[in-house]
Amino acid sequence: MIKAVLVINTQGKPRLTKFYDFLTVEKQQELIRGVFGVLCTRAEKVSNFMEVDSIFGPDSRLVYKHYATLYFVFVFDSSENELAMLDLIQVFVETLDKCFRNVCELDIVFNYSKLHAIIDEIISGGQVLETSSTEVMRAVEEISKSEAASNSISLVPKTVSGWRSR
Amino acid sequence: MASPSLMDTLFQRSLDDIIKGVRQQQSSTESIFISKVIEEIRREIKSTDLRTKSTALQKLTYLNSIHFIDMSWASFHAIECISSPTFSHKKIGYLAISQSFNESTPVILLISNQLRKDLKSSNEFEVSLALDCLSRIGTVDLCRDLTSEVFTLMSSSKVFVRKKGIGVVLRLFEKYPDAVRVCFKKLVESLEGSDSQIVSAVVGVFCELASKDPRSYLPLAPEFYRILVDSKNNWVLIQVLKIFAKLAPLEPRLAKRMVEPICDHMRKTGAKSLVFECIRTVVTSFTEYESAMKLAAAKIREFLMEDDPNLKYLGLHAVSIMAPKHLWAVLENKDVVIQSLSDEDPNIKLESLRLVMAMASESNLVETCRVLVNYALKSDPEFCNEILGSILSTCCRNVYDVIIDFDWYVSLLGEMSRIPNCSKGEEIENQLIDIGMRVKDVRPELVRVGRDLLIDPALLGNPFLHRLLSAAAWVCGEYVEFSRNPVELMEALLQPRTSLLPSSIRTVYMQSAFKVLIFCIHSYFLQKEEMTSETSTPAFMEEKSFMHESIVNLLNLMELALGPLSGSLDVEIQERAWNVLGFIELVRQEFSNPLIRKEANLEREKVIASRVVEWVHDAFSEELGPVSVTAQDRVLVPDELVLKENLTDLEAICGGVELPSPGSFSLTSPYYGESAGFSVSNLQGEEDSEPSTESTSLLTEHRKRHGLYYLPSEKNKILANDYPPANDPSSGINTNDDTEDLVKLADQSLVSKRKPNHAKPRPVVVKLEGGDAAPVVSKKPELKDDLLSGAIRDSSSKRKGKAKHVILPDSKENLAVGEQPNHENPSSRRSQHRGHGKEKSKKSRGKKNGDGREDDGEKEREKIRDHHGRHKSRQRADAPINVVAQTPDIPDYLL
Repeated sequence: MIKAVLVINTQGKPRLTKFYDFLTVEKQQELIRGVFGVLCTRAEKVSNFMEVDSIFGPDSRLVYKHYATLYFVFVFDSSENELAMLDLIQVFVETLDKCFRNVCELDIVFNYSKLHAIIDEIISGGQVLETSSTEVMRAVEEISKSEAASNSISLVPKTVSGWRSR
Repeated sequence: MASPSLMDTLFQRSLDDIIKGVRQQQSSTESIFISKVIEEIRREIKSTDLRTKSTALQKLTYLNSIHFIDMSWASFHAIECISSPTFSHKKIGYLAISQSFNESTPVILLISNQLRKDLKSSNEFEVSLALDCLSRIGTVDLCRDLTSEVFTLMSSSKVFVRKKGIGVVLRLFEKYPDAVRVCFKKLVESLEGSDSQIVSAVVGVFCELASKDPRSYLPLAPEFYRILVDSKNNWVLIQVLKIFAKLAPLEPRLAKRMVEPICDHMRKTGAKSLVFECIRTVVTSFTEYESAMKLAAAKIREFLMEDDPNLKYLGLHAVSIMAPKHLWAVLENKDVVIQSLSDEDPNIKLESLRLVMAMASESNLVETCRVLVNYALKSDPEFCNEILGSILSTCCRNVYDVIIDFDWYVSLLGEMSRIPNCSKGEEIENQLIDIGMRVKDVRPELVRVGRDLLIDPALLGNPFLHRLLSAAAWVCGEYVEFSRNPVELMEALLQPRTSLLPSSIRTVYMQSAFKVLIFCIHSYFLQKEEMTSETSTPAFMEEKSFMHESIVNLLNLMELALGPLSGSLDVEIQERAWNVLGFIELVRQEFSNPLIRKEANLEREKVIASRVVEWVHDAFSEELGPVSVTAQDRVLVPDELVLKENLTDLEAICGGVELPSPGSFSLTSPYYGESAGFSVSNLQGEEDSEPSTESTSLLTEHRKRHGLYYLPSEKNKILANDYPPANDPSSGINTNDDTEDLVKLADQSLVSKRKPNHAKPRPVVVKLEGGDAAPVVSKKPELKDDLLSGAIRDSSSKRKGKAKHVILPDSKENLAVGEQPNHENPSSRRSQHRGHGKEKSKKSRGKKNGDGREDDGEKEREKIRDHHGRHKSRQRADAPINVVAQTPDIPDYLL
C-alpha cells in the first residue's frame, strides 16, 4: 500500500502532495517538513531510501528520486517492493516528460490538475493500478479531451488561460 | 444566498492567475495574498453559476494541498460541483472531496446518491472519478450502499473500468466486510483472466489482503502458483512472491512446491527488483531450504558487490534478515560489512553496523568493540551515538551474556563516556549500576572507573554526562571499600564544580561522600582497635590506613563543602547537608583534642562515637541485589485495597505536588526496572538510617518487612557457595556450559576466578528478562493481528461458504444481483457457516494423515492429481457454474 506521493522542490516547497490516508493539513505540513529535513541533508549518489519510521510510524518506507530541482517521494509499507517503487517513480516522471515534453518544475507548478490526473491513473486509493506510462498517457489524454469537450459546451469561454503548454 | 455580482463572475481569477500571483509575492506578503484569495473564494464559491463555483473550488483545493489552507468548510460546495453535468466540474469536485473528506465530515452521506449515479454513468471517466473517490474516502455506509454497483462494474466490458473497480475492492472489504460475499468470486475470476492489467490489479489486492490474514487465502494457492510460473510481468511476480512469503510458513508442503520456481526466477530474471523480492521471500519464509538459501546468499553477494548504493543497501538489509538464524551469511560477507561501516551513505552505515553487532560473540566482542569505538571517534555525532547505542544494547543483551571480561567492559563504558559526542549517558548510567549490583568481582574496577570519571572536572560541564556521573558517584560510594584512595574520592565528590550538577544528582554526590566518610572513620577505628590488640597490622590496611589527622581533614573538608548547602533551596540537598553536618558535629568531639585526652578517655570516646559510626557503617554495607521486575506481582494485594478505581481526579490535584519527587531519585528509568527499584529503596534506606541511633534497627525492620521485594534465594547462594550452584534448569544449561568452556580457555587467573561468580548472577537475570523483555516483543504483533484479522477471517469464512452455496444464484442472474445480496444474507450466512465447518474438518483430517507419514509415492500421486485438478479448473473457468467445483480441488493441492 502506498501511503503518500510527494513532490517537493529543493527549497522544501511542496509541488504535489497526495496522502492516501486522511490527514489534517497541519499533520501534512509537519510530515512534509520532516521528510524534507532529512532529504536535504542527504548527499548526491547515496542510496534512495530513507528510514522514516520516526516520521510516518512503524512499517513505513520511503524512496525518493532527485531530478534537477525536484524530489519525487513515495512513502509506502512492507507490501511494496522498494526497487519496484523506484521504478514507479520512473514511470511517473516518464509520463510527465511525455506529457509536457521535457518536464521542468514550472510545468508541475502550473499543471496542478493534470498532475493529479496522472497520479490517479497510476495509483488508486494507495494501490498501484497501472505501471505502463503509455496506458497512463492514453487515459490522461482521453480525460483532457472530455474535459475540453465539456468546457466548450458552455457559452462564453470566460477565462482565457494564458498558460497552456499544449 | 447572495448572488455574486456580474463583475465577480466575469473577472474571476483562474487557478493559473492565483499560482502566478503567489509566485510574485515575497515570502512575507504571501500569507496576506493567500488570505485575500481565500476571501475571494468564499464569495465566488457561493455563486449559483457552477463554472464560477467549480473554479473557486479548484483554487481552494490547490491552496489546500500546496499551502495547507483548511478547506473543510467548503465540503458542501464540493458536493454541488460533483452533481454538475459537466465533466470538468465533476473532476474538480471529486478531487476536492477525495482530498478533504473523512469519516467525520458531516455531509459525507450526501454524496452517496451522486456516486451511485456516476458509477452507472456511460462515460467511463466519470465512473473512474467516482471509483477513485470511493477508494479514498469510502466509509462504512458508503461502501455498504455502493457494493452492488462496484460488483457490476467488476464485470464491465471495459478493461479501464474493471481495473478501477478492482482498485476499490480493498476499501470495500476493509470498511464493509460483507462485501466479500458479493465480490470475492468475481475477484478470483479476474485472477484467472488473461488481461495483464487486470491480473496485476487483482494480485495487488490479494497481496494486501494476504498480508493481513494469510490463512484465508491458502485455498487460492494454485492460482497464485500458476501466475508465478506463467507470468512474465515482473510487477505481478513481485506481488505474487509477497503473497507466497506469507502463505509458505503456514503450509510446509506448499513451501516445498514453491522453492523451485522461486529459485528459477532468481536465476533467470534480469530485473533487480524481482531478484530482490525472491531473495527476501527465501530468507524470510524458506529458511529451511538449504539450496535456496545458498542461492539467495550468492545473489546477495552480487548485490553487495554492485556500485549502486541502493543495491548494496538492500543486500545488507537482506543479510541482516538472515543474520539471526544463518550467521554464516554474515560471516561470508564480513569484508563488505566492515568496509561499509565507512561508506558515505548513512543507510549503508547503519545497516552494516547492525550486522557487525550481529556477528559479535564472546570471542570477538573485545576486538569488535575496539574497532567500533575507533569508528565512533571518527564519525559524525549522529552515527557515533548509533554506534555507542548498539554496543551498549548488544552487550547488555540477555544480561551481559556475551561479556566474559567485565573489567574490560566497565573500562570500555568509562572510555565511551569520554567520547566527545556521547549522548548515551543515561544508558551507561543504568549499566554501571546494574553491573555493580550483579557482578561482585568487577566492583574494584568499577570503583576505579567511577573515580576516573568523578575526578575529571571537565565532565561536569557536559549535561549529557550528568546521569552517568550520578552512577559513578553512587558506585564509588556504595563500593568505597574497594577504593585505593578514599580521600581522593571524597575530594572529587565535593569539588566546587559539582555546583553545575542538577540538584537530584547532587544529592547522590552528597550521599556518596557521606558513605565515604563513614567508611574512612570506620576503618580508622578498626585500625586503632587492631593496634591496641595486636602489634602487627595487616598488610592490606597499610596502604589505606588513616591517620588521625587525615580524618580531621576529611571532616573539615566536608564541613566546608556542605556548610553553604545547608541553606540550599532544594529540600533534598538541604536535608542531606544537615544530616551530614549533624553527624560531623557528633564525631568531631572525639577528634577535637586527641593529644590531651589521649590514653585516658580512649575507651569512653569509642563508646560514644564509634558505636554510631559502626551502626551507620553496618547499614551501608548491607549487600543489595537486583530486584525482579515481577517482584511487585508477588506482593499480595490487601483485600480492602481497590486498585482499579479511577484516580484521574486525584491526579489533577496531586500532579503538581508529586512532580519533584521522582526527579530526586535520579536513578529511576523505565528500562531497568530492577536497578531502578533497587536504587530507590537503597536511597530510602539510607535516609532512614542516617544520624539517628535507632536507624539500623529501623532499617532491618524495613528490610524484613519488605524482604519479599528482593530475591533472597539468589543472594543466599552467592553468599553461601563458593562454586557455581545448581542453577535453575531453565537458565543454567546454556549459559553455564558456555561460560565454563571459556573458563578453560581463558589463561588469565583473574578471569577464571571471576567465572563462577559471573555464572551466579545470571540466573537472577534470566528470571528478570523473562518478566520484562519477552512480553514486549510478543504482544505487539498480536494486538495488530487481532485488529485486522477479525474482519478478514470472518469474511473469508463467508467466502468459503459462498463458493459452495451462494455462487449459483449469483452467477445465474448477474445483472439483477444489485439488490440481491441484502435479501439473501441471513439465510445464506447460516448455511455458509455450516459449510465452512465441514470443509475444515475434512481438511484437518487430511492434515493428520499427511503429517503422520507420507511417503514419496503418495506425494507423486498427489502431484498428478493436482495437475489434473488445475487443468480442469482452468477449463471450467469459463463456465461460471463449474467454479463451484474448484473449492474441493484446492485442499487436494495442499494436502
